[in-house]
Amino acid sequence: MTWFIDHLDDVQARTLQHVYLAGLPLVIGLLIALPLGWLARRYPVLYAPFTAGFGLLYTIPSLALFVLLPGLLGTKILDPVNVVVAMTLYTVALLVRTVADGLGAVPEDVQQSATAMGYTRVKRFFAIELPLAVPVISAGLRVAAVSNVSIVSVAAVLGIPQLGLFFTDGFARAFYDPLFVGIIACVVLALVFDVIIVLATRALTPWLRATGDRA
Amino acid sequence: MKLSRTTLTIATVAALMTTAACGNSGGNPLSTSSSSSSGGSAAAGGITVGSADFPESALLAEIYAGALKAKGVKVTTKLNIGAREVYIPALQDGSIDLIPEYTGVLTQYFDKNAKASDAEGVYTELKAALPPTLTVLDKSAAEDKDALVMKKSKADQLGVKSIADLQGKSKDLVVGGPPEWKTRLTGLPGFKKIYGLEFKQFRPLDAGGPLTLQALKSGQIDAGDLFTTDPSIAENDLVALQDPKNMYAAQNVVPLITKSKSNPTIEGALNAVSAKLDTATLAALVKEVVSDKKDADVVAKEFLSKNNLG
Amino acid sequence: MIPGIVHWLTDPANWSGPDGVPTRLFEHVWYCALALVVASLVAVPVGLWIGHTGRGRFFAVNLAGAARAIPSLGLLYVLVLWLFPKLAGDSAFLVPTLIVLVVLAIPPIMAGAYAGVEGVDPEARDAARGMGMTGGQVLRKVEVPCALPLVFSGLRSATLQVVGTATIAAVAGTGGLGRYLIDGQKVQDFPQMASGALIVALLALGLDLLLALVQRGVVSPGLTGRSTRRGNTPVDVEIDPAGRTVDAPAR
Repeated sequence: MTWFIDHLDDVQARTLQHVYLAGLPLVIGLLIALPLGWLARRYPVLYAPFTAGFGLLYTIPSLALFVLLPGLLGTKILDPVNVVVAMTLYTVALLVRTVADGLGAVPEDVQQSATAMGYTRVKRFFAIELPLAVPVISAGLRVAAVSNVSIVSVAAVLGIPQLGLFFTDGFARAFYDPLFVGIIACVVLALVFDVIIVLATRALTPWLRATGDRA
Repeated sequence: MKLSRTTLTIATVAALMTTAACGNSGGNPLSTSSSSSSGGSAAAGGITVGSADFPESALLAEIYAGALKAKGVKVTTKLNIGAREVYIPALQDGSIDLIPEYTGVLTQYFDKNAKASDAEGVYTELKAALPPTLTVLDKSAAEDKDALVMKKSKADQLGVKSIADLQGKSKDLVVGGPPEWKTRLTGLPGFKKIYGLEFKQFRPLDAGGPLTLQALKSGQIDAGDLFTTDPSIAENDLVALQDPKNMYAAQNVVPLITKSKSNPTIEGALNAVSAKLDTATLAALVKEVVSDKKDADVVAKEFLSKNNLG
Repeated sequence: MIPGIVHWLTDPANWSGPDGVPTRLFEHVWYCALALVVASLVAVPVGLWIGHTGRGRFFAVNLAGAARAIPSLGLLYVLVLWLFPKLAGDSAFLVPTLIVLVVLAIPPIMAGAYAGVEGVDPEARDAARGMGMTGGQVLRKVEVPCALPLVFSGLRSATLQVVGTATIAAVAGTGGLGRYLIDGQKVQDFPQMASGALIVALLALGLDLLLALVQRGVVSPGLTGRSTRRGNTPVDVEIDPAGRTVDAPAR
């Protein structure tokens, strides 16, 4: 406990770095996955290749991506941007299928009513389909958030600053304190991400609360 | 109603992005040490100190950083980068400017045919072998070498005192070391070339860390790579085998720096540090970090103030 | 990059010996299979029970969520520091890795199991009771077969995660395909790393395909909609019709 207090500023700094490396890809990944998922739903012939293709991305081990991306992107070896790009790829890989399935779960008759009411396709997407798909997408986003927090810590093997450095430091000195502090911080961070997403989902789906359903 | 939901969505996304961006600007993802100054990599006049991924290297980096800060230099640290094969490219692409090194192995990295084994000879060879953009400052008396370590009982049982004694016996022994040993001249290729040794099995573990130590103690390996400044050798009834053919040449601690980043102030500060470092001192400092679990920057600060360097 | 990978993969030296692809591949599959079997033995019965009785769901969901949040690298290091001195021989390397993989695999498998049982059509359950089946028979003959698609979905998700995370275990001295990643990274041998990554990806895909085939064979055709066409949403998907996501193929 005293070790934690003595190193509070380290914990703070590394937590913020971790938020950046795990959180930013969530946002960017979601923004990229939305049009891709929509395409997969709009043109059913794309569904299988898209979900399979992007699912493939997920099978590439994280360490490999972190190390090989600089060669592909032309970034410097220790640049945290490599981690952000890699994590974005993973988030997209996870979310494309979720977005496609979420949009697919919107009942056909709802879509037809919207068209009958005069909604254009674009308006229908943003006003009807997307909001109704939110519960499913947010479930996928929660999984992605927790997964991201854990994967980012692996970048500690490369010395990239984030909470994972507590792990490598603790192990190298056979010292439990930093290890526990790091693990707890990661779990708490994952929890915070989860809560934010749940709250945002609730705010975006007031109709579920109104009818007494659980999101 | 539609309008407010859209606004809400945009607000949520904006909030998430701000949180994420806050992580960036507040935490400065490019620096590791909380004691470092702001700004990204080497800002105007600033210098970035890196370290390898073992505690002694981080400690030396903190000592260098502290000494430079005391002289008013702006310092950022990027510790625990990895093995030499990773951080030398980082040095060459400007991600770091300065790193603590060891003369013998550094020479071998740039010159596979390095021959010298004494401190002065190695240092001369090193200076000749370095690429034009890099340079080394004064070397210190402190040395830390890899050592092939065995359990004392096992060594006695086999009648082995030096690495040369392993000839004929090594085929039955399991050796453990860092993954780099598979390709480095300080590892398996070196044992083959210099002593004619081949081992039954190689277990890739860590760089003289707790995994290697524990594997030695528990018997998963018969011989392992530990560093000569490691307090664990004495504390655990282990013995470092002698190295009569100087596979591990002189390994004096020396600052490796990008020439364009060096200046008289920096050189003066680092040379003063090197003058005060000897093997016994270094070993004692490492013990404080590894055994006593004190922070590297704290131990560094104490060393510097004790020697009027920071 | 590509020529480097091709060169590495066609080098016969990389296909023999303790560091060769066959050995490392076997080790990797062994660790993953062992972990998945152990995790399934724990998670499937527990998940089925939770889904069937409806009790303990809150506890299970939150425990699973918390377990999912534990960073694998940190857990591995703690377990190695703690358990390595206590174990002898190769098990000192194997056990910490196994524990980490099992902890990783249990949440998705358990979630698949209880979501599967919960998602069983209530009419099917009623019909079964109407036919005079006891609780246990309902579970065995109706709920479990109906839950199989989601159970498999959870299992496939867990397999992906385990195959990927097992590569990290190499930092603790284990074997497996992660050795190519870690050892390659240490000396900046990119062809080795990329080849290793490729083999891991292919392994993950191969195992997923295998499980998909098993799923096809085991799951009743009445459920997959192969015998009748139903709706426009593919049925063997990670989302049950109520819109709850069980688990995306996560790591």
